Amino acid sequence: MNLLLTILVEGLGYASYLFIVSLGLTVIFGVLKILNVAHGAFYAWGAYLCAFLIGEFSTMGVSDLGTMVAIPIAALIVGLILGSAIERTIIKNLYGRDEVLIVLATFGLFLVLEDVILLVFGVDPYFAYQPTYAMPGVQIGGIHQDGYKLSMIVVSLVIGLISWAVLNRTHWGKLVTAIIYDSELAVAMGINVPRVFYTVFVAGAVLGALGGAYIAPTISVAPGFGVEVIVLSFAVVVIGGLGSIPGAAIGALLVGMLRAYAVLQWPEIELFVVYAVMAAVLIFRPEGLFAPAKARKI
Amino acid sequence: MALTSDRTTLGLTVGFVAVALLGVFVLPDWLLNQILVAFSRALAVVGLLVLWRTGLVSFGHALYFGLGAYTVALLGRNYGIGEVLVTLPAATLASALVGFLLGFIVRRYREIFFAMLNLAFSMVLFGILVKTEALGSTDGFNVEQPTLLGIGTDDAAVKLTALFLGVCAIGWLTAVLVHRYLGSILGSLTTAVRDNEIRVEYLGYSAAEAIHGKYVMSAALTGLGGGFMAISLGQVDPESMVNWTVSGELVFVTILSGPGSVAAPFIGSLIFELLRTYAFELVPYAWQLIVGGTLLLIIFFLPGGVWSVLSRLAGRRGVEP
Amino acid sequence: MSAILETVGVNKTFGAVTAARDINVSVAKHEIVGIIGANGAGKTTFVNMVTGWLPPSTGRIRFDGRDITGLAPRKITRLGICRSFQVAQVFMTATVFDNLMIALGIADAHGLGVLLPLRVRAREERADAILRRYQMQDYRDQPASTLPQGIRKLLDIAMAMVAQPKVLLLDEPTSGISVEEKFPLMDIVMGALKEEGVTVLFVEHDMEIVSRYVSRVLAFYQGEIICDAPPAEALADPKVKEFVIGDDLHNQTLLQAGALQDGAQEVSDARG
Ligand SMILES: Nc1ncnc2c1ncn2[C@@H]1O[C@H](COP(=O)(O)OP(=O)(O)O)[C@@H](O)[C@H]1O
Ligand SMILES: [Mg+2]
Repeated sequence: MNLLLTILVEGLGYASYLFIVSLGLTVIFGVLKILNVAHGAFYAWGAYLCAFLIGEFSTMGVSDLGTMVAIPIAALIVGLILGSAIERTIIKNLYGRDEVLIVLATFGLFLVLEDVILLVFGVDPYFAYQPTYAMPGVQIGGIHQDGYKLSMIVVSLVIGLISWAVLNRTHWGKLVTAIIYDSELAVAMGINVPRVFYTVFVAGAVLGALGGAYIAPTISVAPGFGVEVIVLSFAVVVIGGLGSIPGAAIGALLVGMLRAYAVLQWPEIELFVVYAVMAAVLIFRPEGLFAPAKARKI
Repeated sequence: MALTSDRTTLGLTVGFVAVALLGVFVLPDWLLNQILVAFSRALAVVGLLVLWRTGLVSFGHALYFGLGAYTVALLGRNYGIGEVLVTLPAATLASALVGFLLGFIVRRYREIFFAMLNLAFSMVLFGILVKTEALGSTDGFNVEQPTLLGIGTDDAAVKLTALFLGVCAIGWLTAVLVHRYLGSILGSLTTAVRDNEIRVEYLGYSAAEAIHGKYVMSAALTGLGGGFMAISLGQVDPESMVNWTVSGELVFVTILSGPGSVAAPFIGSLIFELLRTYAFELVPYAWQLIVGGTLLLIIFFLPGGVWSVLSRLAGRRGVEP
Repeated sequence: MSAILETVGVNKTFGAVTAARDINVSVAKHEIVGIIGANGAGKTTFVNMVTGWLPPSTGRIRFDGRDITGLAPRKITRLGICRSFQVAQVFMTATVFDNLMIALGIADAHGLGVLLPLRVRAREERADAILRRYQMQDYRDQPASTLPQGIRKLLDIAMAMVAQPKVLLLDEPTSGISVEEKFPLMDIVMGALKEEGVTVLFVEHDMEIVSRYVSRVLAFYQGEIICDAPPAEALADPKVKEFVIGDDLHNQTLLQAGALQDGAQEVSDARG
């Protein structure tokens, strides 16, 4: 029972930041048809900037709880500045090119951005645990649970709900949905596609950076950690169905739980269980579990 | 047209003989070593080139690279076999067999899904290797001394020269055979499948079967390359043989080389190897920046890869069967 | 005359849409059959089912006395039924000549023969002969992606004919082509096809073209064949007038001008 609870909470915590990151990835894919490997770099940049800011705020005398403002600030700065710059200079020139070539281009971009991190922030790891001290722990079923992790679960839920509402309840969201369904038709209908692309890319970048910024206080932010998350987020969105928001949620939950289970109970399979599940899903549902509807072309 | 094909064969023969002669009589050992490693990888890249011409990119061919490498290494460790006439064909066959089986699945996918499914399969092998003590876990293990027809040597210089000549010979044979293949009817079903599968079906050939065949071919060549790499380095471990970074390198060299010719992977792979060595010496923290920047530059400004530059310099068209 | 192509009680439904309803057609060797019908009437679905792209929901399709229901397109192609497409399906990055070379290569290849060289003198001569027959010599070395629409459609048809099929289905060979170009194009195509003695079924909106070339018309409406008759008779059929021709402004004008009847008369005269 205790074990089950631990797996559940661990899995949820894990799923929550995976979901935030994957959400950005899947929305960008759904709208722009670009599988953006550089998303991993937004994540890493978000984490680095957040850890750096928390350190700065702390030395300025801000309280542990107060340093948490670094999280949204870092996410916004990275998303709005780095995301915009990259969309304007590189991504914009890739629209309409071969899908796989675009992936490779964003992979190149990812490698470049990773090394620029080293040039800017240096090779030494950053530690910024302050926000986790500020959050009180909670007893659930007799087990002590880390308060910060629980806050992450809540935040990811809120973000999921907001995204859902934006896409389904606002005029703007309906434009986006129309483009996901059939971009040629959307152009014909006079939707300003380049502007929607730009906005969605930047929003996706903010989400990627937010995932990194939120996780930063719980780990040592060190070089190369953007890689793991991008490969895992791929698994998440492929399992859920590229371009689907509920898919990203289910995918993140599945991957999070599997990881938690494997780490605690069956470490031998930890490294590949996610990929095995991803392969299995692709074999039986080639489009993923929740691929969004597309216009049928004959 | 048979004439052109013979001319390319002749060109490949002259090129490989020239490299072999230079290697034996002129080049220093460190460069020989680089060529050995570069050409081992190039064997795999030739396989990826065939896939790329078909419009397919795999992010998981480290699976076959690792299978080839571990086949060679395990034959040595478990059975004491170092005979290259056994280990290398075994590496090729093992990869081809797995490629044949997985081919039934991957041939249903294209583009991103093809790429990612391959990645998933390769990561499963990576995970198994890392966690299995009996297979050397993260540290891997050493490769048996290679012998040819039972003859081996302890002299490092002699061994290096012998391996170097071996990789040149196999590289030449691979390049010539794959070139012939690309000029065949089945070979024309690379770009044709990429352009229009519906038309291929309605001409009376199965696009899925054509892709399957090319997939097995790429798996076999990648296994051969991995096997040779294991012998060249004298050691196998998951990180340097099976991890996704290895797949990434293979794809990078494919793009760097360009699809224009079967000779391109050998040149591209050597450039990659030299670039890496010098980059680590000159700017230790900027290797990824160089690789990533190069990738972007090629995609935006040089879609034909280095081969297109070379053929432009030489004043002739790339070899298009 | 024996039937070369026969459908028996063929039905096809897509969810709630019925794209084919009880289709019974028998086509004799060397017949030239026109298929007409408004958009969405089920013409392409009919072609798709005969050539194996879609299996019928129920019913059988026979070719030369053999049941081909549900076979894959490549099997049906090998048996001797080929097709062209509403949107030309060619190898866009290859030249016109190479398109034909690849098509010829695949048609020639059996078993391990696929490993033989593609570019042999004899095959190149055949490709050039096809270029002449379809009057595409001027475009020989041009990539298919740069061709004018009409030439691309011509190439599409020439590629379908490479395997020397017994039955050829053309899906709207003149769609997307200007009115002035339609007749020259169809003259080239029908001239070449007549030379090869192939049985032809072609989908066409323009009744003037239909009347000029065919000996028999199948009129589709909502998945059903509402008329199966020689052109003159079909054009006079009130149901055809209402459901097929009635929709099309161009055809209506022609009908009023009496042009169609004259054309149809010509064809039936010529065929005696
Ligand atoms: N693959 C398919 N899936 C679902 N519906 C289809 C498909 N193909 C055709 N249809 C439907 O069947 C009907 C007939 O279509 P089609 O045969 O293409 O008509 P035509 O060629 O006469 O214009 C249309 O309502 C069309 O929407
Ligand atoms: Mg149609």
